[in-house]
Amino acid sequence: MAPRTDEESRWFWEACARQEFVLQHCVACGVIRFHPRTLCPACLSAETAFVRASGRGEVYTFTVTWQNQSPAWRERLPYVLAWVQLEEGPLVLSNVVDCKPEAVCIGLKVEVVFEDAGEGLAVPRFKPFEGA
Amino acid sequence: MSILAEAGLRGRAAIVGLGELAPTKKPEGRTPLELISEAAMAAIADAGLTRGDIDGLVVCPAMMQYSMLWPSIVAEHLGLSLSYMEFVDLGGATACGMVARAAAAIATRRATTVLCVSGDTWDPQGMYLKPPPLLFPLRDFTVPYGAAGANADYAMAARLHMHRYGTTSRQLAKIAADQRKSAQENPLALFYGHPLSIDDVLASPMVCDPLHKLEIVLPCCGAEAAVLTASDRTQDLPHPPAYVLGFGEALDPDPFQREDFLTTPTVESARRAFGMAGLGPRDVTLAEIYDCYTSAVLIELEDAGFCHKGEGGPFVEAHDLTFGGDFPLNTNGGMLSFGQPGLGGGMTLVLEGARQVMGRAGPRQVRRNDVAFVHGNGGTFTEECSLILSRER
Repeated sequence: MAPRTDEESRWFWEACARQEFVLQHCVACGVIRFHPRTLCPACLSAETAFVRASGRGEVYTFTVTWQNQSPAWRERLPYVLAWVQLEEGPLVLSNVVDCKPEAVCIGLKVEVVFEDAGEGLAVPRFKPFEGA
Repeated sequence: MSILAEAGLRGRAAIVGLGELAPTKKPEGRTPLELISEAAMAAIADAGLTRGDIDGLVVCPAMMQYSMLWPSIVAEHLGLSLSYMEFVDLGGATACGMVARAAAAIATRRATTVLCVSGDTWDPQGMYLKPPPLLFPLRDFTVPYGAAGANADYAMAARLHMHRYGTTSRQLAKIAADQRKSAQENPLALFYGHPLSIDDVLASPMVCDPLHKLEIVLPCCGAEAAVLTASDRTQDLPHPPAYVLGFGEALDPDPFQREDFLTTPTVESARRAFGMAGLGPRDVTLAEIYDCYTSAVLIELEDAGFCHKGEGGPFVEAHDLTFGGDFPLNTNGGMLSFGQPGLGGGMTLVLEGARQVMGRAGPRQVRRNDVAFVHGNGGTFTEECSLILSRER
């Protein structure tokens, strides 16, 4: 299922299709922000640099979803939703994949993987970090 | 004295009429507007008033009948002529926010008697066919991960609370079980006649780990209304008033980019409401706290000041939360037992707080009904609104 995009966010999902997790960095005040938007929520500056994130982080909190009636998700049950704290600071919601749900815990080190969503877009998910 | 208390808003308005429909699991061929009108007329009659006495109207979104111009649509349906109208859209904090605005409008003489009414025909199955109009950037970054509802965020709050403070599923389940005991004295509740033990809650299917099915509110159909009037106009009315001594709001729009996910704007909304009232958590004799999930109740109890951060688990374990207990909480069963008729879900808690303070709760009347703390929580601990209702000014 392709994400809904608009003018402020489409570039993010397109970067994911190039295997890049890109964050916005406010040139005026230095805050790294997520989710994408034109103006920095801290200082409202529009002067923005784009930085490629390492794609690594750790699980801040998570839940294993056992019930979801939506057709797109029913077949993936049970699946893990997690807020991942990126090395660069921001928290992002995503899934932890490529492992059993019971292997996920708060503090688990994870790294990004990209799942093709069609239409030139991809969705970032995370898997347990296997080391350099 | 707080700025809000100095503004002269304390105790200037009172809830004097209540209207509440029995919730249903299906719309049964009825529209939100129809339900809203029925609850509104019941509340006006309960206040001993007629439509002509109402000069203010506060409404909120009916998700299943979403429209622009909603205040005038509702007013037209009810045949009202108004000097004040308002539309409140604060998620689960909406009902408390509606009463706060009505009280402020009365205190500032924009209206003398205000009708607050909410209602909807939420149907858990139907919502998949006709989802509410939710189009905003933050949501675009949750849907692709299968987090379309609020279940996941409140589950993750519970998970983090357990990890950090040792809170247990048993402690969370006790909230649902105690509320269900109180619901056995509320014939309107969807789960009237269905008692529930802690073990029953824990045996219900896991939805979003660690939240079980019976820790999650059931959306339903229904409508709720409250009539407020100026405190100096209550003496000839049929019921004793529930004075609005204080109200406070706070917003922190992105729960995950704030310093700590588990410390919510309830800290500020409660502080403001207590500040206006000139009271504190120790003065409260009953609480009606937004219970979309058991984890929401636990965290709101902490942030409102009833116990320290992290002690919510031992707090709910140590207290009897039923209407006859030492900390009466969600005494009509709460939304977990009553049902959540759209944004009217929060209004059922407001009505119960007022009902208890008025001494009109019948078989589930609490012994000490001096001061009720009523709280609404919207989004994922983002919009918060607190009310202090009191038997005396």
